[in-house]
Amino acid sequence: MTHQLNALLMVVLAINLFALGTSRILALIRIVAFQGAVLAILPLLVHQHLNAAAAVVVLLTIALKGFAIPAIMIRALRDAQIKREIEPLVGFLPSIILGALGTAFSLLFAGQLPLAAQHSGSLLVPTSIATVLTGFILLTTRYKALTQVVGYLVLENGIFVFGMLLIESMPLVVEMGVLLDLFVGIFVICIITNHINRAFSSMDTRRLVTLKE
Amino acid sequence: MSSVWMVLTAICLLGLSGAPGCLLSCRSSAGQRVATLLMAIGGVLGVVGVGTSLGGGSETSLSVPWFLPWGRFAVGIDALAAVFLVPVFIVPVLGSIYGLGYWSQPEHPDNGRRLGVSYGLLAGSMALVVIARDGALFLIAWEVMALAAYFAATAEEHENADVRRAGWVYLIATHIGTLCLLAMFALWRSETGSFALAPALVMSSEVAGTIFVLGLIGFGCKAGLMPLHVWLPGAHANAPSHVSAVMSGVMLKMGIYGIVRITALLPVGPTWWGGVLLAVGAVTGVAGIAYAIGQHDIKRLLAYSSIENVGIIAMGLGLALLGRAQGRGDLVLLGLAGALLHVWNHSLFKSLLFFNAGAIIHATHTREMDRMGGLAKRMPWCAALFAVGAVAICALPPLNGFASEWLMYVGLFRSLSSGGEVAMAAVALATIGALAVACFVQVLGTVYLGEPRSDAGDHAYDPQASMIGPMVVLACGCAAVGVFPMMAAPLLERATQDWMDLSGPVPAIEALAPLRWITVMGLSFVGLIGAAVLAWKMLSRSRTIGTTGTWDCGYAQPTARMQYTGSSFGDTLVGLFAFILWPKKYWPEVRGVLARRSRFRSVVPDAILDRLVVPAFDLVGKYLPRLRMLQQGQTQVYVLYVLAIVIVLYMWGAIGA
Repeated sequence: MTHQLNALLMVVLAINLFALGTSRILALIRIVAFQGAVLAILPLLVHQHLNAAAAVVVLLTIALKGFAIPAIMIRALRDAQIKREIEPLVGFLPSIILGALGTAFSLLFAGQLPLAAQHSGSLLVPTSIATVLTGFILLTTRYKALTQVVGYLVLENGIFVFGMLLIESMPLVVEMGVLLDLFVGIFVICIITNHINRAFSSMDTRRLVTLKE
Repeated sequence: MSSVWMVLTAICLLGLSGAPGCLLSCRSSAGQRVATLLMAIGGVLGVVGVGTSLGGGSETSLSVPWFLPWGRFAVGIDALAAVFLVPVFIVPVLGSIYGLGYWSQPEHPDNGRRLGVSYGLLAGSMALVVIARDGALFLIAWEVMALAAYFAATAEEHENADVRRAGWVYLIATHIGTLCLLAMFALWRSETGSFALAPALVMSSEVAGTIFVLGLIGFGCKAGLMPLHVWLPGAHANAPSHVSAVMSGVMLKMGIYGIVRITALLPVGPTWWGGVLLAVGAVTGVAGIAYAIGQHDIKRLLAYSSIENVGIIAMGLGLALLGRAQGRGDLVLLGLAGALLHVWNHSLFKSLLFFNAGAIIHATHTREMDRMGGLAKRMPWCAALFAVGAVAICALPPLNGFASEWLMYVGLFRSLSSGGEVAMAAVALATIGALAVACFVQVLGTVYLGEPRSDAGDHAYDPQASMIGPMVVLACGCAAVGVFPMMAAPLLERATQDWMDLSGPVPAIEALAPLRWITVMGLSFVGLIGAAVLAWKMLSRSRTIGTTGTWDCGYAQPTARMQYTGSSFGDTLVGLFAFILWPKKYWPEVRGVLARRSRFRSVVPDAILDRLVVPAFDLVGKYLPRLRMLQQGQTQVYVLYVLAIVIVLYMWGAIGA
C-alpha cells in the first residue's frame, strides 16, 4: 500500500514544481485541479476500513476540486480576459528552484520528526510541508488575483495531505466541512476578482494598496 | 424598599436623567427641566437610601450572578461608601439646577442634550463606583464614569480647539490610569481567586505592595496626585462650569475613594505605604497651590487648587496608613476622619467656587482674571458667596475647611510621640494653608474688588435665582459643617472602623480632638463679626459717604488699568517658587529713541505636561510611525508575515526542545 501511496505523492510533488514554473494561468488552474483530484484518491489508500461514507467523500472531493472549482475559476479567467501571469515578484525558474529547495528541506525536516511507526516509510509529511510551502511561494510572489486563489488552493491541498495522518481519528465530516468552506471561499473570491477587475481595470492585487488606510 | 434598592433606583434615575431630553426638541428647555427633576428625585432617594442604610436593619448589600462570565453584580453600602455617596447624590443635583440657567438648552441647541445625557451618566456611574463590591463591576462603572466625564467636559469641542486638546489629554491620562487598575484587579484576582472586593486576610507583602502601587498610580491619575495631574487643569478649565464643579468636587474623590477602598481591603501594610502617600500628598499640596497662584485663568486656578486639596486629603490618608502600620488607633482615626471630612468639605466649597466662577464667566465673557475687577458692587450675591467659599477653602474658622484640617493637624502633632519625621508634614500643611490664603486674596481682590477692567465687567449683574440658589445651599453646607463638625463625627468613626478593625476600644474623635470647642469658637466668632458690623453700621449711619477716585493723588486721569493685577500680586510668590513652576516671561523690547509698541506677557505652564509629557509624546509620534512600513497593504507581504511567524515559532519550539 505504501508504494502506491508514495507514487501518488511523488506525482503531487511534481505538480507542485510544475505549478511554480508555468506562466499560463489556465494551465496552472488545470494542473492544480488535477492535483486536487489525485489527492482525493489518497483516503482510499490510507484508510484501513473503507466504507460507503468514505467513498462518497472521495467522489465529492474529486467533483469539487477536480471539476467545480476549476470551472468557476476558468469562468472568472475568461471574464477577466487575461491569460498569463506576467512579471511575478520572483521569476518562474527561481520559483522552481525555491520550490525544490523547499521540498528538500521538508524531506530532511520530516526525517527529524518523531512520527508514529505506521507513517515512517511514507512521504505524507514531507509532501504536505512541501505543498504548503509551494502554496506560500505562489501567494507571496504572484500578483494576479486568480493566481493567488490558486495559491490558497495549493496551500489547502498541503493541509489535506497532512490530514491523512489523522484520518483514523478525524471524522470525514470534518474534511467535508473544510471542503465546503474552500468551495464557498473560492466561489466568493472569484466573484470579488471580477469586481476588482471592474473597479481597478486590472487583476493586479498591487492596486489594492490604495485601500490600506 | 430596602436601602440598597433605593440607592440602585437613585443610580438609575441619575444615570438615565438625560435620556427623555433626547426625544424632545433641542430648542425647548423641557428636556432639561425633566432631567433636573429626575436628578432631584434620584438625589433625594439616594440620600434617604444612604441614611436608612446607616440606621441599620435595612438590607445594605446585594449580590447576584450576571451575564458576564466573570464577577457578579455585587453592591454594598457601608459607612465608608456612605461618606462618598453623600456628595455624589448632592453636588450633581445642585449642578443640574445651576445648569438650567448656566447652560440652558435653548441657548445651546447643538450640545445641550449631549451634555444632559453625559452629565446624568457621570453622576450615576460615580455612585455605582462607590457601591460596587466586585472588581469587574467596579471597572465597568469606572470606565463609564471616565467616558461620561469626557463627553460632558468636551461639550464645546466643535467650537473650540482648546476643548478638544484638553479632552484628548484627559482621555489618554484616564486610560493610562485604567490600565494600571486593570493590572491591579488582575493581580487581585490571581491572588485572592475572585474579583470580589472582600478583605484579603493573607497576602504576601510583595504582592500587596505591588497592588498598592498600581492602585496609587491608577487612582492617583483620577484624583490628580502630582505628577499624574496633567489632565486636570485643562479639562476643568474648558468644561462647562457645573461639569467642572462635579468633576472637581466629586469625580476626583472617586480616585481618593479607590485608594481608601483598596487599602481597606489589603492586609496591614508596611510603614512605607503611609510615608509615600504622605510625601506625595505634601508635594501635591504645595506644588498645586503654588501653580494656582501663577494662573491667570480663574478656572485653571480653581483646578490647581483642587489638586492642592487632593494633596491635603492624601496627607490625611497617609497619616492613617502610617498609624495602621504602627498600630496607632488615634493616628488612624484622626488621619482618616480628617481626610474623609475634607472630601466632604472640598466637594462643598469647590463646587461653590466653580459655580461662582461660572457666574462670573457668564457675566464677563472671559476666564482671564486680569480682565475682570470691580464685580463686588455689580454682583453682590456672588461676591458674598465667593467670600464664603474662599474663607472655607483657606481653612479659616469658622467655616468647614478648618475643621477637617484641624483634625489632621492634631493627628500630625500626636505622631510626634513616635518620632518627628511625620510631624514635618504639619509644616507642609501650614505652608499650603498660608499659600491658599494668598491665592484667594489674589482672586477676590482681582475679580471682585477695585474697578472693572472691561466693558463687559462694567455691565455685569448677578445671575438668575436658579444659579444663585445652589450656591446658597453649598455656602450653608460650608457653614453648617464648619460650625457643627461633631454632627459628622459618628459617621466618620464608623467609616474608620470599616476601613480598619481597630483592636480594642475605639477612641472617639471627641476625646482626641474636642470638636465642641470649634462650635463654641465658631459661634462666638460669628457673633463678634456680627456685632462689629452692626456697630460699624450704627456709627456710620450719621456720616456722609463721599466718592472719590481710588488713585486720586496727582493723576489727572486714573484708569482701571492702573490697578494692581492678579499676576502682579502673585509675582513675588511665583518668583519664590520658580524652581517648581518655571514661569515664562516675555519682556517688552524697548529700543531706540522712540520705542515701538510692545507687550509684556507672563505664563506659568504646567511643567510636567509641557516639559515632560508633551515632548515624550512628540518623540513617540516621531519614531513609532516607522512601524507603519509593516503595513504595506499588499496581501502577498501579509502572507509572508504569516510564514515568517510560522518559521519563528518552529525555531522557538526547536530551541525550547
